[in-house]
Amino acid sequence: MRADAEEPGRGTPVGRRVVLGLLGLGALGVAAGPYLQRAQEAVAGKDPTGLTGLLPGGGGFRYYSVASSVPERTAEDYTLTVDGLVDRPGGYRLADLRAMPQRRIVRDVQCVTGWRVPETPFEGVPLAHLLDAAGVRPGAGAVRFSCFDGVYTESLTLAQARRDDVLVALRMRDEEIAHAHGGPVRLYVAPMYFYKSAKWLSGITVTESVQPGYWERNGYDVDAWVGRSNGRDDAPTA
Amino acid sequence: MRRPPELLLRFTRAERWVHRTTAALMLTCLATAACLYLPPLAELVGRRRLVVTVHVWCGLALPVPLLLGLASRALRADVTRLGRFTPADWAWLRAVRARRTGLGPAGPASFAGKFNAGQKLYAQWTLGSMLVILGTGLIMWLTHLTPPAWRTGATFVHDWLAAAIATVVAGHVWMAMRDPEARLGMRTGLVDRRWAEREHPLWRHQQHQHRHPVDDGRPVERELPGQ
Repeated sequence: MRADAEEPGRGTPVGRRVVLGLLGLGALGVAAGPYLQRAQEAVAGKDPTGLTGLLPGGGGFRYYSVASSVPERTAEDYTLTVDGLVDRPGGYRLADLRAMPQRRIVRDVQCVTGWRVPETPFEGVPLAHLLDAAGVRPGAGAVRFSCFDGVYTESLTLAQARRDDVLVALRMRDEEIAHAHGGPVRLYVAPMYFYKSAKWLSGITVTESVQPGYWERNGYDVDAWVGRSNGRDDAPTA
Repeated sequence: MRRPPELLLRFTRAERWVHRTTAALMLTCLATAACLYLPPLAELVGRRRLVVTVHVWCGLALPVPLLLGLASRALRADVTRLGRFTPADWAWLRAVRARRTGLGPAGPASFAGKFNAGQKLYAQWTLGSMLVILGTGLIMWLTHLTPPAWRTGATFVHDWLAAAIATVVAGHVWMAMRDPEARLGMRTGLVDRRWAEREHPLWRHQQHQHRHPVDDGRPVERELPGQ
């Protein structure tokens, strides 16, 4: 045994078997992944301990920010500006927004990277109400959103922006929106992938035509309907 | 007085270079993955686009050092060694199992060639998992190349495999931490003959049988970098 212990070409090709086995498992995992993912989400949905959230690919929101750091804004120093092609440009403090008519919507949240959070309540001022309050001028065709992280931008056509399931959201999951989730004020576009729901919203500008937002300049679809864009086939959220 | 150690060449410069660059790329991939994936780190670091770019390019570069290294004869010889299980390797695995259950008399180390069976399995796991993580990563990156169901499946595999790779790499580092001579071997290429006789007895045996110029087990002097 000792003499041929390292003789090249002898012995069992275990290495090849391990590598091919892993490749096969990988391919199987890709094929079965959608079902396994759904099964994992079903288990996580019924888990009261929240431990399943620690699993890889586990449910729940994930934190995405494109900026290096995002300042905190509170009721004292937060302002939402509305300008562009409007008759009455202006700024709204948090108290002004809270005094406006509110609407609560409960839908699934679907991220373009795959994760989905079921039945998430959002509450806030319908964007259409703010647009009407500002008086959109003839010739306007789109709305651009900017954020106080200083980097992120988003956009909607005027028709999309006027939908009744598009909110300037002040509350999420029946609580004030935490900083990590884009608080104190974020956009909520129920029928679209979640990158449209810009966090840390600070500016609404009415424009002539759509100016693609941050991720849209990096290849994401501007009309980001859930299940009908970005090459994905998720169940629609609205 | 201690006798100065007699040194054997274990890893050539090319092999050490491949190990070092692959390790650096792998650790960068794992660190950036953590910054993309773990909420507290994601909140701390932000800069999502930059982190994604670093992660993707380090991932794509992951197999490059190994592919370049295949030009080296010593590396190809070790690839061959790592790919095949001899009867001694099966004996090594049995001895490890026996030691765990407290039944066997012989330590597993007596059944190790240049690489023991555990090291062979680790090497093959590294290659196989690298190919799968790279393939699933490509499906996730080139979004318009495959149907969405593939991407969901690829994301699922990528997530779970990344966690497994992180665990196994941590184990690899932990094993290295426990054996300074093995670490020195990877840092300088040279190991003490007494260590080799203890940990890899069949390697020395084979070296006497087949001498060749790249890796002939001749005593050489070890120069530590920076000494």
